[in-house]
Amino acid sequence: MIEILEARKKQIHETGSEVAFDMACEKVSVAGSVSQRACVFCGSRVVLYPVADALHLIHGPVGCAAYTWDIRGSLSSGPELHRLSFSTDLREEEVIYGGEKKLYAALTELITAYHPKAAFVYATCIIGLIGDDIQAVCRKVAGEQGIDVIPVHSEGFRGTKKDGYKAACEALFRLVGTDEQSIATPHSINILGDFNLAGETWIIKEYYRQMGVEVVSCMTGDGRVDEIRRAHKAAMNVVQCSGSMTYLARMMETDYGIPFERVSYFGIEDTAEALYTVARHFNDPAILKNTEDLVRNEVSRIYPEIEKYRKELEGKKAAIYVGGSFKAFSLVKALRHLGIATAIVGSQTGNKEDYEYLEEICDEGTIIVDDTNPLELSRFMSEKNVDLLIGGVKERPIAYKMGVAFCDHNHERKEALAGFEGMINFCREVHGSIMSPVWQFSPARRRQAEKEERSNANTINKAACN
Amino acid sequence: MLLRHTPETLTDRSALTVNPAKTCQPIGAMYAALGIHNCLPHSHGSQGCCSYHRSALTRHYKDPIMATTSSFTEGASVFGGQANLVEAINNIFAIYGPDIVAVHTTCLSEVIGDDLGQIINKALADGKIPKGKRVIHTNTPSFKGSHVTGFANMTQSMVQYLSESTGKRTGQINIIPGFVEPSDMAEVKRILSLMGIKSVLFPDTSEVVNGPLDGRFHMYPKGGATVGQISSAGDSAFTVSLGRTASLAAAKLLDTKCGVPFENLDLPIGISATDAFVDCLRKTAGVSVPDSIMVERGQVVDVLTDMHQYFYGKKAALVGDPDQLISLAQFLTDMDMKILYVVTGTPAGPKFEERIRSFTGNKTIVKYGLGADMFHFHQLVKSGKPDIIFGNTYTKYIARDEDIPLIRVGFPIYDRVGHQYFPVVGYRGAMRLMETILNALLDRQDRDAPEESFELVM
Repeated sequence: MIEILEARKKQIHETGSEVAFDMACEKVSVAGSVSQRACVFCGSRVVLYPVADALHLIHGPVGCAAYTWDIRGSLSSGPELHRLSFSTDLREEEVIYGGEKKLYAALTELITAYHPKAAFVYATCIIGLIGDDIQAVCRKVAGEQGIDVIPVHSEGFRGTKKDGYKAACEALFRLVGTDEQSIATPHSINILGDFNLAGETWIIKEYYRQMGVEVVSCMTGDGRVDEIRRAHKAAMNVVQCSGSMTYLARMMETDYGIPFERVSYFGIEDTAEALYTVARHFNDPAILKNTEDLVRNEVSRIYPEIEKYRKELEGKKAAIYVGGSFKAFSLVKALRHLGIATAIVGSQTGNKEDYEYLEEICDEGTIIVDDTNPLELSRFMSEKNVDLLIGGVKERPIAYKMGVAFCDHNHERKEALAGFEGMINFCREVHGSIMSPVWQFSPARRRQAEKEERSNANTINKAACN
Repeated sequence: MLLRHTPETLTDRSALTVNPAKTCQPIGAMYAALGIHNCLPHSHGSQGCCSYHRSALTRHYKDPIMATTSSFTEGASVFGGQANLVEAINNIFAIYGPDIVAVHTTCLSEVIGDDLGQIINKALADGKIPKGKRVIHTNTPSFKGSHVTGFANMTQSMVQYLSESTGKRTGQINIIPGFVEPSDMAEVKRILSLMGIKSVLFPDTSEVVNGPLDGRFHMYPKGGATVGQISSAGDSAFTVSLGRTASLAAAKLLDTKCGVPFENLDLPIGISATDAFVDCLRKTAGVSVPDSIMVERGQVVDVLTDMHQYFYGKKAALVGDPDQLISLAQFLTDMDMKILYVVTGTPAGPKFEERIRSFTGNKTIVKYGLGADMFHFHQLVKSGKPDIIFGNTYTKYIARDEDIPLIRVGFPIYDRVGHQYFPVVGYRGAMRLMETILNALLDRQDRDAPEESFELVM
C-alpha cells in the first residue's frame, strides 16, 4: 500500500485483507492534512439552506456568507429568498465591542423588508468567542416582529460537519409542532434528508402521490416554514441521508411518537425498497397495489435503457468519495447494475457501522477510507487504475488531471440522480463521462493502453513459446 | 426574477451586507501562497475555512487546489492553536514534503490571539521544520479589509520572510503583479522577456492553477516563484508593483527592508495603463521597446479606431476589486464609454475614489467598503440603466434581471472559462478585453435591431 500518515492508518482498510477491520472514524481530521471535509457551520448551512421562505442571516465576518451564496443547487418551486446572501459582515470594532447591536439592526431591517416566514441566525466561529448572546437578540426580535427567529449554534470549530447537521436539526425542531390547526391523513409522511438538488424532491414526491401517500413536509428540499410547523402531524418520517437528519427523526419519535425509517432514493433497489418500506408501514392494500404498479412500471421502463449502457460499461472500475456513507451504499449497488466494480469507497462522515456495512457489500480488495485527502485518493486511484470517480467539487479536477471520468454526486450535480428517473440520469452521466472521446488525449490513458498492449504481447509470446 | 427583492429606492445600510462584493482575507492569502513554487498554503483555523477556500478556487480555476488546515477544535479555541499548528507543520513536511509552508490566520485564530511568529519559532526550535525548508506566515483577520488585503498581506510576508539583501545589487527587476489571473502573470513575464529584461515576478500562479492535463495529479505543479527567486528580490535594482491595494505593501517593504526602490503603477489593463507600464520598464531597465511590442500596441489601437463608433457614449457599470476597477475605468474612458457606477466591497479608501474620478470625472458614483455590496450595485443599476455591466459571476443575476450584457472580469468566475488562459493585461490583453466588450455590444445590437436595419457589415 501507499505511504500513509501513521495517524491515518486506522482510517483505511482493504476488504479481505489480513488486518482486522476496525475503522477509526468520526474523528477530527489530523491537523495538517489536506482534508476534504468542512465545518459545523457548513453542516448547518447545507441542511437549512433549502428552506426557501425563511431568512438566513449569517452572523460573523463576511466570508462564511460569501462562500455559501447560492452554491447549492437546491431548487425552490416558489420563493427564492434563500438564494440571497445576508451577512452582518462583522468588522474589527464589533469583534472588540460585540456584534449584538449590529445583529439586532440587521435582523430588524431584513424582516421588515422581506417579511420572511421565519429567520435562522447562524453563529460562525468567532461569535462563541466574542460572547454575543444571539439567543437573547433572537428572542427580542421574535417578540417585536412576531415571527420565529431561531439561533443556529454552528460555530465552525465546535466539532465536525455532523455536529452542524445536529444544530440544524435542533433549529428545525423548534418549528416542528407550532401549527396545531392543520390535520394530516393517516397515510402521511415527512421526507427528511432530501434537499431537492436538481429537483430530486419533486421526483420523490410524485412517487408518493402516485402511491396515495400524503407528504406533509420535506425537510428541507423545496422547504417551507409552514410545512415544517405541521410536520408533527405526519404518521411517519422517512429519512434519507441518514447522517444529516436521523437526529431530527429521533427527536420527533420521542416527543411526538412518530416512527421513522431510513431509506435511500439512489439506485433501483434502494428506491424500490424505500417506497415499499413506506407502503408496508401503512399496510394498506390500495397503497401496496399502487406501489407495486409504480415500481413495476418504472423498472420495466428504465431497465432496457440501463442494459444498453451496461453493455459498454461492463468491467470498468470506480472510486467513490462522498460526504455521507449512506449515499456510498447506494452508489456501490447502482454501479453494479452498470457492471462497474467499486475499487475504492470512502466518506467524510461515516460511522463504524456504516463502514462495516460497506465491507459487507463491496467486493474483495476494495479500499475503504474515512476522511481521505487528495494525495491518498489519487494514489489509490492510480494503484487501482479506476475509470471513474464519484465525488464533489474539490475531487473533480483531480480525476480529470489523471484522465479519469467523473460524476458529481454532491451540491453541484446538474441532473437529478434520485429515484428511477435519477438512475437513468446517473447511468447517462457515468456513460457520458467514461466513454467520452476526450480521454484519447489523456496521457494517462495512453500510458495505460500501452502497458496493456505490452502485457498482452507478453502473454501471446509466452503462449507461443509454450 | 431571482433578485425581485431589490427595491429601486436606494437605502443606506450600516448593519448589513446583502450579496457581498468581496470575501474574506484568507482566500487571498491562500491564492498568493499558491504562487510560490512547491508551497503548501496552510489555513490556521477551523476546517471549514480551508474547505470553502479550496472549493471557491477550484470552481474558479477548475484545477486541484491544495492547502492544509489546523483543524481547530473546541479545545484549540480555548487553549490556543499552538499545539495544532506545531502538529500540522510536522505532519505537512512528513507526508506532503513541500519546500515551504505559507500559513495564514482566520478570524478564529486572530480572536484567540495566536502569535504565529512565536509558534513558528517554537516549531523550528523543536526541530519540526526540516533543514532547508521554510515556514512563513501572515495575519489575515477576516473582519478587516477583504480578499485583496489577504493577498497583499501574504505577498508582503513573502518579502518579510524570504527576501534578503546581500549587498550586491543585480540588474534584476522585481515585478509584483497583484491579485490577477495566472494568464495575466504569464503575460507580464512575456512582455518582460520580449524587452530583454531579467526579472523575478512573485507571487506567480501561472502553471500552478492553470496547469496542463498530463495524466497525473501533481500536488505541486510546475509553476510558482521559487524561494530562491523571492530571496533574490532583495538584491534587485528596482521593483515595479502593480495595483495599490494588492501590491504596494510588499513593494514598500522591499524598499525599507532591502533598499530596493520601487514604482507603484496601475494594473496594466488597457492601452494607457500598459503604456505606463512599458514606459516604466523601458526607463528603469534602460532598454528600448522592441518592435514586436509596438506591433501589438499598433494592432489594438487599430481595432479600437476601426470600431470606435460602437463604443461611443456607451454607459458602463463596474463592480469588483479596486485595482482592476481603476484600470478598467481608465480603459473604458479611453474607449469613449461613460462610467456610471463603480462599486467595490473592499474598503479601498478615498485615494481609490480620487483615482477613479481622475479618469471618469465627477458624475461617476463611486462606492466602496461598508454598504458597497451587490445589492447596492443592483439598486444603482436600477436607478439609471447602463448599456453594459462589468463584474464577477455573481453579477449575472443582475444582468439577467435587468437584461443588460455582462462582461465577466474579476474574482470569482464560476460559470465560464478563459480567464485562466487569456490575459486582460498588456496590449494583447487589451485586445481580448476590447473584443469581448465589442462582441457583447454588437450581439445586443443584432438581437434588438428591427429586421429592416439588421446589419450585415458592422
